[in-house]
Amino acid sequence: MIDFELNEEQQLIVETVRAFAAEVIRPAAHDADETQSIPQQLIDQAWELGLVQGSIPEAYGGYASQASALTGTLIAEGLAQGDLAIAAHILAPRLVVDAVLNAGSEEQKKEILPLYCKDRYVAGAAAVLEPRWDFSCNKMQTTAKCDGDDIVLNGEKCYVPLAKTAPYTVVYARGTDAPIEAYLLPAGTPGIEIGERESLMGLRALETYPVTLTDVRLPASAKLPGDASALLRRSRVAQSAMAVGVARASLDYSIEYAKEREAFGVKIAQKQAIAFMLAEMAIEVDAARLLNWEAAWSVDHDNDSSRKVALARGYTDNAVMMVTDNGVQVLGGHGFTRDHPVEMWARNGRGFAVIEGLASV
Amino acid sequence: MNFELSKTAKQRQKLFHSVAENMMRPISHQYDEAEHTEPDDFFQAMWQATKANRMAESPSGDAAASNGAAASNGKSASNGKPSEATLVTAVQIEELSWGDCGLYLSIPNPGLGGAAVSAVGTPEQKQRYLKNFYDGEPKWGAMAITEPHFGSDSKQVATTAVRDGDDWVLNGTKIFCTAGQRALEKSDGFVVVWATLDKSKGRPAIKSFIVPAGTPGVTVDRVEDKMGIRASDTAVITLDNARIPFDNILGTPEIVEKGRAGFKGVMATFDATRPIVAASAIGVGRAALDFVKDKLAEDGIEIRYEADRHDMTVLEHEVIDMEAQLQAARLLTWRACWMMDRGERNSREASMAKAKAGLAVTKVTQKAVEILGPLGYSCQWLVEKWMRDAKINDIFEGTQQINLMIVARSVLGYSSSELN
Repeated sequence: MIDFELNEEQQLIVETVRAFAAEVIRPAAHDADETQSIPQQLIDQAWELGLVQGSIPEAYGGYASQASALTGTLIAEGLAQGDLAIAAHILAPRLVVDAVLNAGSEEQKKEILPLYCKDRYVAGAAAVLEPRWDFSCNKMQTTAKCDGDDIVLNGEKCYVPLAKTAPYTVVYARGTDAPIEAYLLPAGTPGIEIGERESLMGLRALETYPVTLTDVRLPASAKLPGDASALLRRSRVAQSAMAVGVARASLDYSIEYAKEREAFGVKIAQKQAIAFMLAEMAIEVDAARLLNWEAAWSVDHDNDSSRKVALARGYTDNAVMMVTDNGVQVLGGHGFTRDHPVEMWARNGRGFAVIEGLASV
Repeated sequence: MNFELSKTAKQRQKLFHSVAENMMRPISHQYDEAEHTEPDDFFQAMWQATKANRMAESPSGDAAASNGAAASNGKSASNGKPSEATLVTAVQIEELSWGDCGLYLSIPNPGLGGAAVSAVGTPEQKQRYLKNFYDGEPKWGAMAITEPHFGSDSKQVATTAVRDGDDWVLNGTKIFCTAGQRALEKSDGFVVVWATLDKSKGRPAIKSFIVPAGTPGVTVDRVEDKMGIRASDTAVITLDNARIPFDNILGTPEIVEKGRAGFKGVMATFDATRPIVAASAIGVGRAALDFVKDKLAEDGIEIRYEADRHDMTVLEHEVIDMEAQLQAARLLTWRACWMMDRGERNSREASMAKAKAGLAVTKVTQKAVEILGPLGYSCQWLVEKWMRDAKINDIFEGTQQINLMIVARSVLGYSSSELN
């Protein structure tokens, strides 16, 4: 029957992530955005939470008991509520891990997954977007063509997180058999050119790069045999979860501010215009969260997931923009300065509608 | 966590969808055009059908009522599993409203009046007014709160109730009373009327009174001509020295100045009914959405959910947005129902659901007419009717603005004196 309750293990994960996000991530967020960097110590600390290793089955060195798209969603939401860029960095390994787990061959799993079960953080990356205003996942211009026993990749990718430090990047390309296919690209393969680090409106603490592939040659075994479109769906679920986290941060912060700030003799929260704005924000956060939980659940249960993920994604993209924009509005002139995080959350908020492959569940 | 309806819920959904499709849709247009006529065959058929399924399973009032009463203790089904009574009610009502919202509201039923009796009535009152409700001919229960000078500001009740020996004497005017005419004039039903024992004492003096059909001094002046839900009678009732037995008061006749427990108890029934009204709204919205998708499909137009933004047609954008809005409203509604079924206080969630559903269905049905152009606007199809039916859902049982106020107070932790 319909049930919105988290089980005990999920509740524990949510609480653990919430505490880490509030106590460790959020205090570091402002400086990270200003300096466009994340302290390594924070990444190491996050690694100890086992959020990546916890999604890898024991057979490959992890300690997954409950890996599921839903659990990954709860994690992504909680971390992003601390900070989006930091969350994306922490979860970047899952761009590779989730792709291999869900679409990889047994050999690929054996080769790659143990790398992510060590006691140190190892980065992961995914290359999805291409530098065109009308980029379309269904009409990628990066190609994968057969040449003898090899695959040859050509194309230009952008917004590739951690391209310089990830030992593997999952490259999504228009393939030999399907419009979207995924390939495991080891760092250092000849033909890869990583450009200068990008400067984006938001996500500024996350290192993202343009990557050009010129006749990059891979063995046929580099192809992920499973359904690459399904992987992109998992990435959308993760992104939408992070959007909910960012929206939630903006809502909570605005509520607190509005209850303190005075105008016309009362707290501004006591004025209907502000109060109703906050009420609408609260409704949208909850609506987006529930839609995305349903989407995650539908991935786990193979239940009309392509439609549900698409609906949740579209809705959440709009909701997070509305909420984070209102967050700036509630703080007025102060919201426009970088003293408060609301403008950063609005800059981050706009990203969800344009980005693919930021995280995965 | 689970997003699949239980077997029971699916069965009920199927059953009620069948009622909607086979019993309601064929007469939908007729009773929209011929406002103020009585779909007697439909009433008889529904009456016979619901006679067999009492209490928890009838549409609208009863399940909400029994859940309202159980709000504090999480009623369990007999097999020990958690109850899903409210959620199943919501599913059923979505189907009936998909069929015809006006006809759904017209189904002979104890209604909100019955819900009040069920929630706060004495065993004797329940015996007299509810126990044999489904005997004999179709009957209606109704609730009369609104007066000409107020709707949202419900503490402004000016209808008076004065003790006179073994009776109460009621004086005043009630408007916007759903099923008021059918309850008082067309059947052996009753209306629960809010009246004040002493206007100077405000909220604590407002009580509810059971006013049965045939009470002397009670007149149905007229029924409204409405934009939509035309099959539902919306009555203006005058009470002119209307005399009812002393025992017809619901709750205590004492004016408990500090506690406000009585008023709160009534407001708590709104926590039960708001998600149900939200479910009804969603049904109307879904009727419009389904119709749009069917019309597009007839012309070979399919909605490609995973098309990229720039590839999507305007139509696809609009339909996908409609669908997401409705599903968002539906999940918020189911959450409020689920909480009710678990005995959890759900005021915030109930108001979120109602606010979202009211807004969503208004937009969805308006968009549906727009998309379907000259034929959407024509009375040949039902879609313009659904837009007219939809609007009331954002108004009754708590307007959009009142529900936003309740959500705002909840998220801000403010009382009504701090935020109003």
